[in-house]
Amino acid sequence: MYRYDVIDREFVADRAAEFRHQVNRRLAGEITEDQFKPIRLLNGLYLQLHAYMLRIAIPYGTLNGKKLRKLAWIASTYDKGYGHFTTRTNLQLHWIKLKDAPEILEHLAEVEMHSMQTSGNTIRNVTADPYAGATADELDDPRVWSEAIRQWSTLHPEFSFLPRKFKIAVTAAAKDRAATKIYDIGLAMRRGRGGELGFEVMVGGGLGRTPYLGPTIREFLPTRHLLSYLQAILRVYNRYGRRDNIWKARIKILVASLGAEEFARQVEAEWEKTRKEVVDLPDTELARIRGWFTPGFAKLNPRSEAFEAAKAGDPRFARWARHNVHPHKQPGYAIVDVSLKTPGETPGDMTSAQMELVADLAERYSLDEVRVHYTQNLILPHVRQDDLPAVYEALKGAGLATPNIDLITDIIACPGLDYCALANARAIPIAQQIATRFADEEKAELVGELKIKISGCINACGHHHVGHIGILGVDKKGEEFYQVTLGGSGEEDAALGQILGPALPADKVAPAVEQMVEVYMRERKDGERFLDTFRRTGVAPFKEAVYADAH
Amino acid sequence: MPTLIKSQGGRMVLANDPFTHVDDDQEIPQGDVILSLTRFQAEGDRLLSEGRSVGVRLTTEEEVEALAYDLPRIALVALQFPKFRDGRHYTNARILRERLAFGREVRASGDVLLEQAGFMLRCGIDAYEPADGSTADAWERATQRFRHVYQRAADDRVPAFVEREK
Repeated sequence: MYRYDVIDREFVADRAAEFRHQVNRRLAGEITEDQFKPIRLLNGLYLQLHAYMLRIAIPYGTLNGKKLRKLAWIASTYDKGYGHFTTRTNLQLHWIKLKDAPEILEHLAEVEMHSMQTSGNTIRNVTADPYAGATADELDDPRVWSEAIRQWSTLHPEFSFLPRKFKIAVTAAAKDRAATKIYDIGLAMRRGRGGELGFEVMVGGGLGRTPYLGPTIREFLPTRHLLSYLQAILRVYNRYGRRDNIWKARIKILVASLGAEEFARQVEAEWEKTRKEVVDLPDTELARIRGWFTPGFAKLNPRSEAFEAAKAGDPRFARWARHNVHPHKQPGYAIVDVSLKTPGETPGDMTSAQMELVADLAERYSLDEVRVHYTQNLILPHVRQDDLPAVYEALKGAGLATPNIDLITDIIACPGLDYCALANARAIPIAQQIATRFADEEKAELVGELKIKISGCINACGHHHVGHIGILGVDKKGEEFYQVTLGGSGEEDAALGQILGPALPADKVAPAVEQMVEVYMRERKDGERFLDTFRRTGVAPFKEAVYADAH
Repeated sequence: MPTLIKSQGGRMVLANDPFTHVDDDQEIPQGDVILSLTRFQAEGDRLLSEGRSVGVRLTTEEEVEALAYDLPRIALVALQFPKFRDGRHYTNARILRERLAFGREVRASGDVLLEQAGFMLRCGIDAYEPADGSTADAWERATQRFRHVYQRAADDRVPAFVEREK
């Protein structure tokens, strides 16, 4: 993985020193909370419902043992001994004291981490395919380009006061594990006619109260021009994005109001005037970055007897292997998904002890790499198949071996009203109720792939619009209700969900999910996922089942 | 009189301001003045023929390209920040410096805060009317905090990817 050189190290150290100075001024009463707010937000420090929340950047979701262990230590030293992984692949600590924040940044800097641009109207922490460098279906390693974007966007002088927050996601695989179509900019690597690499550029996707899938504004952008083209997009947005209304300030509104073609024309016109060689990285720098992303794989036998024997001997291991273990590009290796979705627990939460355990496993078994996925799970990307039984046993002992990746209990949920000042309704208990009903692993496996995504408010941090079943918390006269949508997808077959019917009270949500699953099991044709069945039948049978009592 | 801080020879200094900001409904005083774009377009020729120095104040709604033909005659461009959060002028400043090659003063007016110092300097803004009472020393410190930058902008700082080639 990428390692800081002296320049990167001095950069985060300077940032931590600056923030210490700013916090001291605030604590001494030299600046008001109003003046301090934009300063702390630029360092990922929010004032939430009960306490300060610190959002730590995990650029393109990549960690190693040392970093994860440090996060565990920070969580137990300065917080309540756990952290929350988000759909932006960041880690949030929800119970921070203001006076501790500068010290935490210094500890983060020691392990090449920071919390820059996890908030504010800036280019936020870039996300990428969590299987980068491990999956056979990628054209290139998206982390090379993500790291280039990370550096270019960090304290970008021109783009630190944008109309709104700005999020970029990168993938280089056909299977879209980065949800590129729902970001301000989605970059999907493609091959040009001559075999050269480039990006399909999608702009103006996003969820929230006005959801859009990002239209493609350029089919093929040669990779070497990535930064100058991003600059052109950001310039058009910075100049012409709406600033009069916070709900209309995202780039998706600009793209939708101009039309994708006109927006693309403006970007191209700006790009033509750009001195590209001044903005784009030289080959030497790209090569330097790339050099950090080539782990030394061992030459292994493609078939692991130990793995096969464990599968044959232990049905629980076999089930875990079916759902949480994925093929690796390198013979003899596997990608392991670590589920943070044990039914009854809070999706995305991880205790310090669990973080430490995964840090150990990464160092010992996964070439010292861990990834965070937007589904709020972790990934050990490079595990030898021979080691899978040992990894499974260790994870199982820590409650991290739930075999449910992409199944009905692998639910995305934002922190909701339990933590978030913006939320209208709770998300975590709803996720827990649904997961508990499908806690029977055999039952969940029979249902198969089914992605439930829950948001506690219209801002859609839980991605509800693109859930196969999406659940949105709404407030009706002080009572929590839930709007259900069906048929959404955030992947390469991206679609926005369709509303099922009137919002349901909290105690009817889990039963409704059960009813819809029954409809699906009845209607499905061989091998169909829930999503496929829904796409074939439409909303009617599901609606009928859920609202039958009301007739 | 509002404070004027200028970047001179790599230092932030407190400067005397010979210019007067003139509102559209205000009578034009003697001496050097800063006018809105519309008023400059209406009265600029006359004032310039009187031998005065004239600056133009640009709102965030106005496009900096509108100044292109007049730039050689303009003494300074004042970028008016209605709120510190309105970042359009960062792009305007860079276009002024890098695309339109404007070499004289580019000044930040309006809601200008110390926290913006580093960003403003890098985008080519070299004079500041801070609204928060901050001092030249504080601006100096704020712009010196970071030993490195990651991207090229309108200043002459060498980005990390060039530093690394050495």
